[in-house]
Amino acid sequence: MIEINNVSFSYEQEVLKDININIARGKFYTILGPNGSGKTTLLRILSKSLHINKGEIFIDEKELSQIKTKALAKEMAVVPQCTEVEFDFSVQDIILMGRTPHIPRFCAESEKDMEMSKNAMKMTNTWELRNKSVNTLSGGEKQRVVVARAIAQETGIILLDEPISHLDIHQQIEIMNQLRKLNKSKNITIIAVLHDLNIAAAYADHMILMNDRRVYKDGIPEEVLTEDIIREVYELEVYITKNPKTGKTFIMPY
Amino acid sequence: MTYIEKKSYYKRVFAIGIFLLVIVIIVATNFGVANISLKQTALIIMSKIPLANKFFPLGGIKYTSVIILLNLRLPRILLACLVGAALSVVGTSYQGIFKNPMADPFILGVSSGAALGATISMVFLKEVQYFGISMVAFSAFLGAMITTFIVYNIARVGTKIPVVTLLLAGVASNYLLSSIISLMMTFNRDNIEEIVMWTMGSFSTASWSDVILLFIITVPSIIFISTFSRDLNIMLLGEDSARSLGIDVNGLKKYIFVISTLMVASVVSVSGIIGFVGLIVPHVIRMIFGPDNRVVIPFSALGGAIFLIICDTLSRAILPPSEIPVGIITSIFGVPFFVYLLYKTKKKAI
Repeated sequence: MIEINNVSFSYEQEVLKDININIARGKFYTILGPNGSGKTTLLRILSKSLHINKGEIFIDEKELSQIKTKALAKEMAVVPQCTEVEFDFSVQDIILMGRTPHIPRFCAESEKDMEMSKNAMKMTNTWELRNKSVNTLSGGEKQRVVVARAIAQETGIILLDEPISHLDIHQQIEIMNQLRKLNKSKNITIIAVLHDLNIAAAYADHMILMNDRRVYKDGIPEEVLTEDIIREVYELEVYITKNPKTGKTFIMPY
Repeated sequence: MTYIEKKSYYKRVFAIGIFLLVIVIIVATNFGVANISLKQTALIIMSKIPLANKFFPLGGIKYTSVIILLNLRLPRILLACLVGAALSVVGTSYQGIFKNPMADPFILGVSSGAALGATISMVFLKEVQYFGISMVAFSAFLGAMITTFIVYNIARVGTKIPVVTLLLAGVASNYLLSSIISLMMTFNRDNIEEIVMWTMGSFSTASWSDVILLFIITVPSIIFISTFSRDLNIMLLGEDSARSLGIDVNGLKKYIFVISTLMVASVVSVSGIIGFVGLIVPHVIRMIFGPDNRVVIPFSALGGAIFLIICDTLSRAILPPSEIPVGIITSIFGVPFFVYLLYKTKKKAI
């Protein structure tokens, strides 16, 4: 559904080089790789925050640069690394902003928009927080609110840039479980940049491992997370086993 | 509670606010050296409103009173009303676009840029007019536009505009621009009084033609900006998030900058530099009604009008019969408020 063909991108120096990825609808993708390998840049290119210098990107066979900002917003939601709001908006206000691409210019939110945002809040356990100011929330609550906003946006694809890197382990698992639920129950394609290889292995259907501006390996977790690959990419000796409870790949450095 | 659940409440409060504005206008018009009673003031103003005038006969009121009211006081007060509304709405939209609660046309140096543009054309191009638009207003617009562009680019760090760099860029350009204005004053002693008025801000030269010019520019501009109020809310999430929610970020910034700058330039060309209105009014409104721009923009326009009429009346009332420039009064209110906001931002950063 998303096709990335021979894409390169550079600011002053090259940040992405010859990227080729195919993304299928309804799967859970994680993008991994060391710092500076180009993960966030890849995500920002997909969300059209950055414009590529070379290559093509297609979403449902339409070229990304030809898709209007508003049309893209109906197709794809983005959860950024951290969300800081300077003014005291309530949680409900922030989540309702997710409805923006569905509301015509001279209109206010409709009954349907209220309903959709309410569903998103129920789903993410943020309904109780709805009248609080976002600035009073903890990191985990804030991230749940941003995920709720992405759900309210009603898109087929959600991109997430390190959504759990500032959270404690309980909050991390909570967010990841919500994403899996969305992926399974609504068939939403999830593309998340993650740092934690074990969490990525526990949730991903498919992994994209980046190294030095290129896609190093692209496949199911068992293919990507091998001792040789991790030694090569992260310069780290690891022992790979299975999580005895879930049967998912589990990595232990030594 | 969000905007649509409280819409009828906002409408009621807005109606009360309009009523309050009318009362402030009448009381302020009543105030002055010539002694005219409140009842007569109200009658004279009502007699000029179409349809209503049949019910308010002017019998028994002195002709000079009518002239003083209609040709001296009323245009001045309506000018203060329009300037206050325009500056407050510009402040609100700058704060949205810069994602920064300290943004204000005066603090950013945009007002000084307009004043320098006006000064240059007063000294060099005074007689030139195209299509009835004086060069003064046009070069005020040019000066304001260039300053906005420069300050925005100096203050920007990546796609973010931190409070510190924004304030410093504003201070730096303010100093530079006012020293150029002072330099021009020392070289052009003939125009010195006019230029002084520009730098301090005053409504003492108000005329009906100023009111009409400002009305034509600011009222459509305020309506235009308020159609973008939902987009301005979303801009506060950051540019990348706004884009991913379907906002044409670059287009929005361009529209808001051009329209805001046009308003600042037209305001400065009739009243000079009046600081802090765009800072104080939107913040007080946010404290009362919350940060939703669909509420903040209309209420700021109303609040700004009331605030500046009161300030102008004070400027006439404190040392009669002489006047204090109204810019000084707004600064006396504004500086403590500015410090308070800075303190609040500082506390949040820790």
